[in-house]
Amino acid sequence: MELEFKHRQAAHCENGVASNLLSNQGIEISEPMAFGIGSGLFFVYLPFVKVNHAPAISYRPLPGLIFNRLAKRLGLKVKRIKFSNKTKAQQVLENTLENGIPCGLQVGVYHLPYFPDEYRFHFNAHNLVVFGKNGSDFLVSDPVMETTTKLTAVELEKVRFAQGAFAPKGQIYYPVEIPNHIDWEKAIKKAIKKTCNDMLAPVPIVGVRGMRMVARAILKWPKKHGVPKANHYLAQMVRMQEEIGTGGGGFRFIYAAFLQEAAQKLNMPSLNDFSKEMTQIGDSWRDFAVNAARVYKKRKNGEDVYEQLSKELFDLAAREEVFFKKLKKAIT
Amino acid sequence: MKESEVPQDTSSLGENSLKELCYAVNEKGEYVTALSAGWEPKTIVQQATLDAISVRIEEAKQQVEQGIVSPIVYYMELQRMDLTTLAAYVKLWKWRVKRHFNPTTFNKLNSSILERYATVFNITIEELKTFGKR
Repeated sequence: MELEFKHRQAAHCENGVASNLLSNQGIEISEPMAFGIGSGLFFVYLPFVKVNHAPAISYRPLPGLIFNRLAKRLGLKVKRIKFSNKTKAQQVLENTLENGIPCGLQVGVYHLPYFPDEYRFHFNAHNLVVFGKNGSDFLVSDPVMETTTKLTAVELEKVRFAQGAFAPKGQIYYPVEIPNHIDWEKAIKKAIKKTCNDMLAPVPIVGVRGMRMVARAILKWPKKHGVPKANHYLAQMVRMQEEIGTGGGGFRFIYAAFLQEAAQKLNMPSLNDFSKEMTQIGDSWRDFAVNAARVYKKRKNGEDVYEQLSKELFDLAAREEVFFKKLKKAIT
Repeated sequence: MKESEVPQDTSSLGENSLKELCYAVNEKGEYVTALSAGWEPKTIVQQATLDAISVRIEEAKQQVEQGIVSPIVYYMELQRMDLTTLAAYVKLWKWRVKRHFNPTTFNKLNSSILERYATVFNITIEELKTFGKR
């Protein structure tokens, strides 16, 4: 059985699945639009949580949040089911497919056979769509892949029941109710406001304040942990920023694309200028990645290189603070 | 990022690397999507991460051979896990898994506990028990 499903490659898994699932239900929505309305742009620094033996830095909100916000703002009803029983998990998936509904799934990345080695970590908040079953193989549309792929029942079970942080617990989700009319303007404005508030949040580890906290921490890393560890931390930060899913520059380019699309949809040309500015900020994030990678590669560094990186990050925080304050004003 | 500047540094990390979708601005200033074959700074940090893992695996191997830690530590590193992830996979409390890192405690483990580890590591109990002993 194979359901009709149009696969489109995306930069980020969650927006990609969201945009693909909705487009297949007749709501034409691009990935940047899904990302923007889901208020996907974010920054958080969690020095007390270690990921790959380095402090956690995330450029996106918690997994599942983007899709949930998107659904709420567009007025969709989404059904989410988690399982404790593996057999039941497969049965429900098969039944849902039989009813003609392609399903979004949360999975772990580590056991995905089609992923290259350098991406295989115990990261459990990946998303993909299953849109059919051919013999014993499930047909898979993984938004970060160029084409659709297949997983055997055993492989699928393994990734659906990956363990550890954000364990997916076999979770499936799909939209059950599609509204007749969507108020795009309201949804977009609400979403932009939320992003501005997030990035300007009066919380020391979130948004521009979080960036400043990292900027201060970078100065301390080499003294506190030694150069190899400091460089390892930097490398992990760059990975979070540039690795698969962010579309480059820690999602800044996707967000700029969203602002451009929003300018058209809301007939607000001023948003085009915001889009341009966000692109420039994204370019600066890319420069930061280039410099951080260079520090890593050279290994032996004076203290001034960390000062330089820290300064760059302070600068980015300052620019984004101005940006989101302006954007917040413009949207109300 | 301009469309013409989307990096195409073919990754040195292996041929099955995938092409990633990027958002970039074309000549008219409109956002379009473009595929990137790879980007050098990214390859550097990815290579760095893989290297760090290899170092951890090698260290664990030596420590097992010297009798400092149990083979569980080696296989945990080999599977790129940390204590939290491993404990979740074998469905044991973290403090219990930590105790099993001790070779003396490890040698006393019954086969049902060893079986759990072996299944998660995708090896036999024999392989788990004899690793590092020659």
